[in-house]
Amino acid sequence: MITKGSISRSFVEGLSREKGEPEWMRRLRLQALELFERLSDPLWLKGIDEIDLDELVLYEKVDARATSWDELPPEIRRFYEELNLPEQEKKFLAGLATSYDSEMVYYNAKKFLEEKGVVVLPMEEAVKRYPDLVRRYFGKVFPPAEHRYSALHYALWSGGVFVYVPPGVKVTFPVEAFFLVANEMVAQFEHTLIVVGENAFLHFIEGCSSPQFRKFAFHDGVVEAYVHRGGHLKFTTVQNWSRDLINFNNKRAIVEEGGRVEWVEGSFGSRASYVYPSFILRDGASVDVRAFTIAHGGEWKEGGVKLFHVGKDTRSHVVSKSVSSSDGVSVFRGLLRVNKGATGSRSSMSCDSLLLDEESKAFTYPHNQVEEPTARVSYEATTSFLREDQLFYLRSRGLDEDSAKALIVSGFLSDVISYLPPEYASVFRRVLELDFRGSVG
Amino acid sequence: MLEVVDLHARVEGKEVLKGVNLSLREGDIVVLTGPNGSGKSTLARAIAGDERVEITKGDVLLDGESILGLTPEERFKKGVFLTFQAPPEFEGIPVGSFLLRISGKGEREALEELKELVEKLGLPKNVLFRELHRGLSGGEKKRLELLQALFLKPRFVILDEIDSGVDIESIEKIVELVKELARDGSGILYITHNPRSLELLGRYRVLRMEEGRIIG
Ligand SMILES: Nc1ncnc2c1ncn2[C@@H]1O[C@H](COP(=O)(O)OP(=O)(O)OP(=O)(O)O)[C@@H](O)[C@H]1O
Ligand SMILES: [Mg+2]
Repeated sequence: MITKGSISRSFVEGLSREKGEPEWMRRLRLQALELFERLSDPLWLKGIDEIDLDELVLYEKVDARATSWDELPPEIRRFYEELNLPEQEKKFLAGLATSYDSEMVYYNAKKFLEEKGVVVLPMEEAVKRYPDLVRRYFGKVFPPAEHRYSALHYALWSGGVFVYVPPGVKVTFPVEAFFLVANEMVAQFEHTLIVVGENAFLHFIEGCSSPQFRKFAFHDGVVEAYVHRGGHLKFTTVQNWSRDLINFNNKRAIVEEGGRVEWVEGSFGSRASYVYPSFILRDGASVDVRAFTIAHGGEWKEGGVKLFHVGKDTRSHVVSKSVSSSDGVSVFRGLLRVNKGATGSRSSMSCDSLLLDEESKAFTYPHNQVEEPTARVSYEATTSFLREDQLFYLRSRGLDEDSAKALIVSGFLSDVISYLPPEYASVFRRVLELDFRGSVG
Repeated sequence: MLEVVDLHARVEGKEVLKGVNLSLREGDIVVLTGPNGSGKSTLARAIAGDERVEITKGDVLLDGESILGLTPEERFKKGVFLTFQAPPEFEGIPVGSFLLRISGKGEREALEELKELVEKLGLPKNVLFRELHRGLSGGEKKRLELLQALFLKPRFVILDEIDSGVDIESIEKIVELVKELARDGSGILYITHNPRSLELLGRYRVLRMEEGRIIG
């Protein structure tokens, strides 16, 4: 079933039927559809008017669902092999799930996860096999009504993973979900839900990629994370989209008492990108965010972080770095809210921009709503420029101009990159080098 | 052989070099001095290929062939190396990995060599793990520039005030290392204002630049 065409009630019902969903999910989709129809485009959007949603393939059924690489059709498998995923899985992952356009085509989790009661499943399967557990969280962390495209997401979601770590269980190897948009004119609406039980630990890695398209593709995913009391979630995401993808990223974590989140977010590519992970912190919860974006060659990158300090003694620490080059624009929006009563809370945010040339731009819009007088918050922003003498220096040491720029960029980002798993840090350096070696459209 | 022939050049539209002639053989040291603003660094940058220096007339020849059409990185690869009077600073680029990269040498032997050079030049022990020129003192920066020349042993080295900002006690040491580099075969253009350097290098050819010309 490949479905293109207008977003309608019958389309959504057809999708729900196709997936054999329970009634509550069908209703949730339909309510979201109504919201989508009612809401108007958010004002902060730019470039979205180019998208004709009716032109897109909104759901593409893929006839593959494997738990070993051999079972996958070779034409699908080769994408992942090029990305070296089977190798990485063997070396250091506890579990891996991969998508191909609308659906999860591969998933596998190491035996010890199951023994400890850890669940790693494609989202659709989880809806069927753990209906009560899923229903407790699904759509509760990142509500459909947040904006028009989150509503659209909930009406059309397909693919994504569900990870549940029971109380006290520490998963020492990372679990990864990899989202591939393989075909142009496809819209991907994957939904990921992560639940970390009390005093549990999980490192979740999200990878995203798409090849070059002639036209474009659309990505409108949601990640919801719920970290229970004393739980600890490490979340690493590296998004490596091609230049012709429009990326909506709706991510939120709720962190209960004493919980902790470490969040590393990196983004390459995409024509336009909107990524603002948000965090709700209860008593004693903390979050540490390192984020980088690269806006290269006419790309429009919106990034930022939203922090909601709801409980007492909450902590947030954000380091954001952006690089703009060849007409690229990066925008940072930081929202910090400290509720009245969130006594003793602390927040620090720093936002550094590097501009490689005069055509590129960086904007930062911090926004503070601090209602608690005992809170201590700080915000710092810097903008620096690539200087000609830096470029000449590196060239006079044998590096060509592109390599010199790539080196300066990777140096600028190094303190954020050092938080990536080593395998990703080296991939990052390679992508960066490629990114600056011509290919700017 | 590196030759500069009747070189005229402009910087920001202003004529800075007005017919410079110079030749440098491998294994030789030529000292260049002259007042501030006379054009010494501009000459150095012109030889190394800085695109901000606009050549209006004349030539720079390496073994008789013009290198004016080459990029800075190509000139480097042909063995023309410039140490900067004021090296820029770089965030997040560790000195050690940078030096390995530009030398193309294998990690093991290069590290041994680098450690030795760090000690010889009196640089901080951890300098290889620090950021390239960032947070180094003025004198340390000069030493790190010299370290690169000693490590790479290029055919031709232009040392642009390698001795400025360096404490008096170290000048002798630096000049000694430069002489050693020349003995190993590098041709050296030693740009300086330092009286002690001039004294120590007195037996070599000393040229003086004034207002964009070399006057003996
Ligand atoms: N980027 C620039 N823009 C404008 N003028 C420049 C620039 N670079 C050099 N100049 C000018 O060119 C002239 C020569 O400068 P240069 O740096 O070559 O002198 P120098 O002999 O190395 O001096 P010093 O002994 O102080 O290092 C000076 O008048 C200087 O002001
Ligand atoms: Mg000078």
